[in-house]
Amino acid sequence: MLHALEGSQAIAQAVALCRPAVVAAYPITPQTHIVENISKLVADGKLKCEFVSVESEFSAASVVLGSAATGARSYTASSSQGILLMAEVLFDIAGMRLPMVLTCANRAISAPINIWNDHQDAMTVRDSGWIQLYCADNQEAIDTTIQAFRISERTELPVMVCVDGFVLTHTLEVVDMPTAEEVDSYLPPFTFKNKLDPKHPLSLGTLVGPEYYTEARYSLHRALEKALPEIESADADWAKICGRASGGLLTVDGPESATIGVLAMGSVVSTLTEANEILPGKKRVKLMKLRAFRPFPAEALRQACAGLKELIVLERAFSPGCGGILGTEVRAALAGMAKPPAVRNFAVGLGGRDIPLGTLSKLLDAAKAQGNQGFSILDVEPERLPPEDR
Amino acid sequence: MQSAPKEGVAGQHNMEELRKLQPRYRGLEAGHRACQGCGEALAARLVTEAAGPDVILTNATGCLEVFTTPWPQSAWRLPWIHSLFENSAAVASGVEAALKAQGRSTKVIAQGGDGGTFDIGFQALSGMLERQHNILYVCYDNEAYMNTGIQRSGSTPHAAMTTTSPPGKERMGKRHMKKDLLSIIAAHHIPYAASASVAYPADIRRKVRRAVSIEGPTFLLIHSPCPLGWGIESDVSIEVARLAVQTGLFPVIELERGELTGVMPIRNPRPVTDYLKLQNRFKHLFTDDPRARKEREHVQALADHNIEIYQLRGEGVDALDTDGADTVRRGGVVD
Ligand SMILES: Cc1ncc(C[n+]2csc(CCOP(=O)(O)OP(=O)(O)O)c2C)c(N)n1
Ligand code: SF4
Repeated sequence: MLHALEGSQAIAQAVALCRPAVVAAYPITPQTHIVENISKLVADGKLKCEFVSVESEFSAASVVLGSAATGARSYTASSSQGILLMAEVLFDIAGMRLPMVLTCANRAISAPINIWNDHQDAMTVRDSGWIQLYCADNQEAIDTTIQAFRISERTELPVMVCVDGFVLTHTLEVVDMPTAEEVDSYLPPFTFKNKLDPKHPLSLGTLVGPEYYTEARYSLHRALEKALPEIESADADWAKICGRASGGLLTVDGPESATIGVLAMGSVVSTLTEANEILPGKKRVKLMKLRAFRPFPAEALRQACAGLKELIVLERAFSPGCGGILGTEVRAALAGMAKPPAVRNFAVGLGGRDIPLGTLSKLLDAAKAQGNQGFSILDVEPERLPPEDR
Repeated sequence: MQSAPKEGVAGQHNMEELRKLQPRYRGLEAGHRACQGCGEALAARLVTEAAGPDVILTNATGCLEVFTTPWPQSAWRLPWIHSLFENSAAVASGVEAALKAQGRSTKVIAQGGDGGTFDIGFQALSGMLERQHNILYVCYDNEAYMNTGIQRSGSTPHAAMTTTSPPGKERMGKRHMKKDLLSIIAAHHIPYAASASVAYPADIRRKVRRAVSIEGPTFLLIHSPCPLGWGIESDVSIEVARLAVQTGLFPVIELERGELTGVMPIRNPRPVTDYLKLQNRFKHLFTDDPRARKEREHVQALADHNIEIYQLRGEGVDALDTDGADTVRRGGVVD
């Protein structure tokens, strides 16, 4: 049924439809509305779960670690400094192969403190072993949240659903909220074979020395690789029920004949799609929406890039002293192609800097000037820099 | 009385039945890698023995975690989870929330060393107590970070030598006092909190049984000597632990809703030097350095203060090794 909902409200309702047994979270802008909405659903008796209102994000992540290990479907959400405070636990959750879902309302990282949207928070924990899925709009946020529980429970890997702070979390959109029957038919009750149970005592999180550590880490790597088809089938199966797909690993949009591609993640894809439509026909690009950042769909990316002369990677974070994060990974993946496109790499929209429709044209012009190994921040305003950095 | 096993074909009993038939339940088995005379190993065995089999354990990083679970082996016969150094209480909160959601009555016991409890895990512990989770938190207090090689913690007593509080020209060991954790715990007004010592096993068992029978957060601080870190022979752990109680340096007390309701009395308080001189970590207090005498007097004053504020002085002959059977009760629930 169609509803006009704020992103956070929609996400909270989608979480409730998945019937989590334990939710733990701590407020941080722009995630706060999600925990507030969940608290209200619990208070109104619309969501029956143990809601643990903790004293920090560190404990929020630790609580869901404990509850997932006890066999309870578990959910948490955070942003920015909260994700960084959770970082140690996030690595631990993935290493212990505990299924759960976390919504990351993407936000910039301090310093300077900034509450607005970019992807630096999620990028910073990209090596934690969590699956990371990025949403382009609030409908995708709803559908991806539901799919995330299925992917997580089938792969025994935690899933981070990334939604752009404010741009999605605080925006009212008309969305189609699935029914409880639809979700129940898609998502079976959670059963976890390695759960803590006095009848079958297991020791979880034991000390692993050099004799086994490599193998444990290898298994985690393999598990993420094996999650690629699970992400695709979760989307395809959900589409059979509700008629909507969210883009599997990666989707390509735009004219077949285009030789320039633009790849991005998150809500900027919606902006770029619109910008692409108003470009003159000949100039239109192949627009790639990367939905799965972890596991990284290198093979799907190579296939999508066949025939491209140039690929512009647009990202919302970077690694200071190195350059683009996504761009570097795309370059590495495409290096395996016989005729790889030249890769241009730009960061844009850091800390909530607006990304208007004109960004696409500006990007296409700037790409001509950038070398193949280059990286630039597209929207730096030189006059706002200290003189020595201009 | 234990009922005799039913007659039957060998191998017919499942694990669950077999465990029920054990004369004394053991949650922590022998064969772990603790040093000889490790107080923590003994205390953990006593805790799990008393708590019985329907328990889930969480564990902070530290000696207990490391010496019990070198993969692929584990000394635990209970479901056990270790996550990180500072989150035992928060992980336990999650386990308990899950059990509640599932309608299960299994008791949760969170465990940590003094570093994982007094210092880095303190926030998570306070949150767990404030939220009233149905969890017993047990802190094995060996008064330093032993797992990383004997560094000072908030629990390290004043003047003790550790690798990060060494004595020298400018210092006489740790400058600061042992954090009064029990008072902070008391301020959370939880149903039950207590201290205990490995020198008094029956007292530990009784306190654990008491704590797990209570619905809500409970806390137990167990003084657990570490031969390696304290610089003592492994065969005197218990003697040293008992002296900590008999000198008044480690008061064994019980608190209900933050009020003092019971203490283990000291009939014949021993001078603190009896306790200090057995341990290498205090050996700099026994030199002719004039500061050494001052520090010994300071430590004696701390012990006297404990005896006074907790009214530890008892009557009669020497009943100290009666295993805490003579714990004075000043009101409160009697079990
Ligand atoms: C975040 C973090 N900081 C530091 C460490 C290193 N570390 C592991 S155990 C430990 C000390 C444990 O001391 P305590 O809690 O007193 O337990 P004990 O080993 O004495 O039983 C330290 C510092 C860690 N594992 N994690
Ligand atoms: S170092 Fe101390 S606490 Fe650690 S195992 Fe040895 S005796 Fe026990």
